[in-house]
Amino acid sequence: MSSSNSLSLAPEAAALPGRHRSLAGDAFRRLRRHRPAMLGLSIVVLLVFAALAAPWVSPYDPVQMSGGEAFEGPSGRHPLGTDEYGRDLLSRIIYGSRTSLSVGIISVSISLVIGTVLGLVSGYFLGATDMVVSRIMDILFAFPPLLLALVVIAVLGPGIDRTMVAIGIVYIPLFSRLCRGSVLTERGKVYVDAARMVGSGNGRIMRRHILPNVLAPIIVQASLCMSYAVLAEAALSFLGLGTQPPMPSWGSMLNKGVAVMYHSPWVSIWPGLAIMIVVFAFNVFGDGLRDALDPRLIGT
Amino acid sequence: MRQYLARRLLLSIFVIFGVTLVAFGSMQFIPSDVVDIMLGQFRDPAAEAALRHNLGLDQPPLQRYLRWLGGVLRGDLGNSLRTTEPVMDAIRQRLPVTVELALLATVIGLGIGVPAGIVAAVRQYSLADKLSTAVSMVGLSMPDFWLATLLILAFSVTWMLLPPGGLLVSPLEDLGENLKRMIMPALSMGLPASAVYFRMTRSSMLEVIRSEYMLTAYSKGLSERRAILVHALKNALIPVITVTGMEVTWMLGGSFIVECIFSLPGLGRATVEAIYERDYVVLQGCLLVYSLIVVGVSIGIDMLYAWLDPRIRYE
Repeated sequence: MSSSNSLSLAPEAAALPGRHRSLAGDAFRRLRRHRPAMLGLSIVVLLVFAALAAPWVSPYDPVQMSGGEAFEGPSGRHPLGTDEYGRDLLSRIIYGSRTSLSVGIISVSISLVIGTVLGLVSGYFLGATDMVVSRIMDILFAFPPLLLALVVIAVLGPGIDRTMVAIGIVYIPLFSRLCRGSVLTERGKVYVDAARMVGSGNGRIMRRHILPNVLAPIIVQASLCMSYAVLAEAALSFLGLGTQPPMPSWGSMLNKGVAVMYHSPWVSIWPGLAIMIVVFAFNVFGDGLRDALDPRLIGT
Repeated sequence: MRQYLARRLLLSIFVIFGVTLVAFGSMQFIPSDVVDIMLGQFRDPAAEAALRHNLGLDQPPLQRYLRWLGGVLRGDLGNSLRTTEPVMDAIRQRLPVTVELALLATVIGLGIGVPAGIVAAVRQYSLADKLSTAVSMVGLSMPDFWLATLLILAFSVTWMLLPPGGLLVSPLEDLGENLKRMIMPALSMGLPASAVYFRMTRSSMLEVIRSEYMLTAYSKGLSERRAILVHALKNALIPVITVTGMEVTWMLGGSFIVECIFSLPGLGRATVEAIYERDYVVLQGCLLVYSLIVVGVSIGIDMLYAWLDPRIRYE
């Protein structure tokens, strides 16, 4: 047993790490030369910083009301103005980044993990497993995504944690289908046969051999999916079904802004701008990542 | 091809059946129901029981599901729990608004995106190409509900040119009046979509321009205009059609926010209202109609695709 183990591990250990590193290194170098992707990455880094350092960088408490200062236009005291309760909009935008980012990360993680596992299993085993998984994914895909999220929230009730689950469920088929497709092309390759011949079990083949080879498009999808998730959270909160007050969310801030647009237009401009910049950042970063990981796609 | 179509249709029937299960099943888990919302907090248990009985809510879920499914097969989606209006009538009134909105938005999107994409591809790396690519990146990230807000801010609040909502007349009655209400919603969905069409047209055009038959076309002595518009465009548009299908489904299913902002009486707003009011019969009906559209458009696009590109053969 130990000899067969060393047989299966030795070539891997000898050949793979060096080659693997250089592939990833190449991709990283290409990514660094991709200017839009770097712009996107800088914005994402800034967003993460704003979310983490919100208590220190925001000038005011985002939920502290100040009746005398309602609907103040942008000024030295309040760079972005105030809302109907006199709350500082800049502080609320900064704190809102926490909502967007955490919903994005957690919901994408949910879809990524569940979708990848389902795709891996159904693409690898095929047969009845594949039939069942694929049909469930077909059914999920038959609903318009935002509407499905809306229904899930209607069932679970509104709130930021339920919003994460709802958005997470909606995008599972995206990852599952992508992963299944890649697994279908990988499972027939020689290295899989080789791994099986040296006695690796199904679980090990899927985890150690197939997964690393199908991961690239999934990572790209995850980055693009972050932008969908940020948009979806904003949309659901805009309808009052996502993040609940007083927690700041760009979507609900925008909704409040629409109501007071006639006298205080700035209230609806900033949160929309924030959503757009973040969605833009994840979009261009995802694009750059795709070009970097798959040089054949450059220019398309 | 015929075999593929038959298989697709069979699978779709299965999917739609699954949709009815999910649509009905999820309603059973909604914590409060229409009775809670209609009667409010202080209510008489006897009145509550009577209302539940009248609405048929006291029957076991399986029985209600089978009765609903039986109705669906006969084209009867049941009656709204709140207004007792047949759901089918409501959908018949509201679906056209959503469809008109999606069509207008698609026309706007294709009308801007495809020509811009052709120009950008033919003049690759020119200023026009770089500029439109940059603009498309922004457009792609533009949330439709924010664009809607900005349009209202510009055209209704500042310049007072267009109404931000209000009564919608049918386009058959008064097209001008209808468009006055529809143009801003259509723009707020169509402009971001034009970015999608632009990128797709540009990239597929770039690919086609480099192909050998384009070289043949040029060596035959065709003018650039003719070679591009006749030979290249026909092939380059095939992937754009797939994207159009995806965008149209996305618009039909994602228009509810824009409908809510402009208070358009579309299917999307009906769905959102049904969620707020826990009118689960209406909600089930809307979900079913939506998934029929999604599945139908996807089959339609597949067919169109195979017809346009004879190289494509479905197994």
